[in-house]
Order: sequence, then structure tokens, then C-alpha cells
Amino acid sequence: MRFLEKGLVKVGAKAADAEDAIKQAGVLLADAKTVEDVYIDAMVQSFQENGPYFVLAPHIAIPHARPEDGVKEASVSLLQLKEPITFGHSSNDPVQLIFGLGASSSEEHIDLLKKLTQLLNKEENVNQLRTAASYHDIKTIIEMEENK
Amino acid sequence: MIKVLSVCGLGQGTSLILKMNVEQALTEKGIQADVEHMDVSTASSMSADYIITSNELAEGLEGHSAKLIIVNNYFDLDEINQAIDNHIVEN
Repeated sequence: MRFLEKGLVKVGAKAADAEDAIKQAGVLLADAKTVEDVYIDAMVQSFQENGPYFVLAPHIAIPHARPEDGVKEASVSLLQLKEPITFGHSSNDPVQLIFGLGASSSEEHIDLLKKLTQLLNKEENVNQLRTAASYHDIKTIIEMEENK
Repeated sequence: MIKVLSVCGLGQGTSLILKMNVEQALTEKGIQADVEHMDVSTASSMSADYIITSNELAEGLEGHSAKLIIVNNYFDLDEINQAIDNHIVEN
């Protein structure tokens, strides 16, 4: 299980549009070898077919595909954008935090989503993640939540 | 016991997040429920008392016999609690 480790997080990124942001969040997973390259295409394809429903809350998108689309290990990446962009969601645009989810079918997948949900259920954590200036800042927010 | 489906596009990620928060809210209210997560097409052919999903996916579930509940912010427990209070009445 890989959850927002250093290599999986990019702070202050730029993205041209929603597809570009999804790809970048996917590349973070692929570079960390938790998913195959084809998984990135599957993430984009899911967006094209199902729309932006995965913009789950204001500022937050969680693009992903299916375990059988090339996931090697349950994992979460984060692309934090310097300038938020629109995904076309009816109530939660614009998006600044894109969490790429390497969805596995294992028990770890559930643990991973529990950690992510616990982190994002608190608005102050979301605001701090949006304004974080470095990976160090992000790590501090995650550690404070885990130690509660 | 009521049956609730939490629904997303693929049935793998976001519907599971919604299920976790819906289960938490229902437990706190003392409402006994069986909450299952799945994709839109599976939900279409399954019977349930309630379906919880986003506005974006609700269109694909129109006409379903279950009562449809829309949640816009999956991480806002206040909104989820409110949606449950407005729609789910324990029998």
C-alpha cells in the first residue's frame, strides 16, 4: 500500500485541462510503479465515458479506473495545482487537488480509502492541502491526521 | 433493515468512499441498514429502498424503484446527515 509518499505527490503543478490533470496524477502512479502505463489511459477513458462524477467535493477530484486495468499495488497520488481548473462538475468546480487512485481489489484498497476519507472529511485539512507549498507541508498534514 | 446502494461510475472507488460515510452517518442515527457499493449499470437492475449518488450520475438511474438521494459533497458529513434526515425515515 502506497499512500501519498514523496514520489507520489507533486506540489504547485500546472495542468492545461481536466484530462491533462488526470494524466499527470496517473503518471505519478506509473512512475512509482504501482500501476501499468495503460492504467493512465483507462483513467482518462473513464472520465470521457462517465463524466466528472469523481469530483467528489469542492476542489477535490479522485480519478481512477478498475483494478483489472493495470493496478499493481493499492496506491494514492496527489497532483496539487497552482491554478485550479474546471472539470465540468455541476457543484464542485474548480478543482485544485487531484488524487490519482490506483484501485486494487485487495483489503489494502479499503484501508487506503479509509485513510483518504478520514483526511478529506475535514475541511481544514483540505484547505491546508490546497495552500501547501511543499511536500514537507503535505506530509505534516497527513501525519497530524494519522496521529489523532 | 433498509437496503441502500451507493453508486458511482465504476463501483470501485468513489462509491466505496460514499458507503463509508453513509454507514457512519446511519450508525450514528441508530438506523439499521445494509449499504452496498456498485456501478450505475449494476444498480439499475438491483432492487433497494434507497440509492445514494451524485447529481452527475442520478440521470442514469431515473425511473428506478428505489428512492434517489443526491449528495454533492462526499466528504461533508453534515450534508450526508441532512440528506438522510430528509429522505430516510426508519420504519
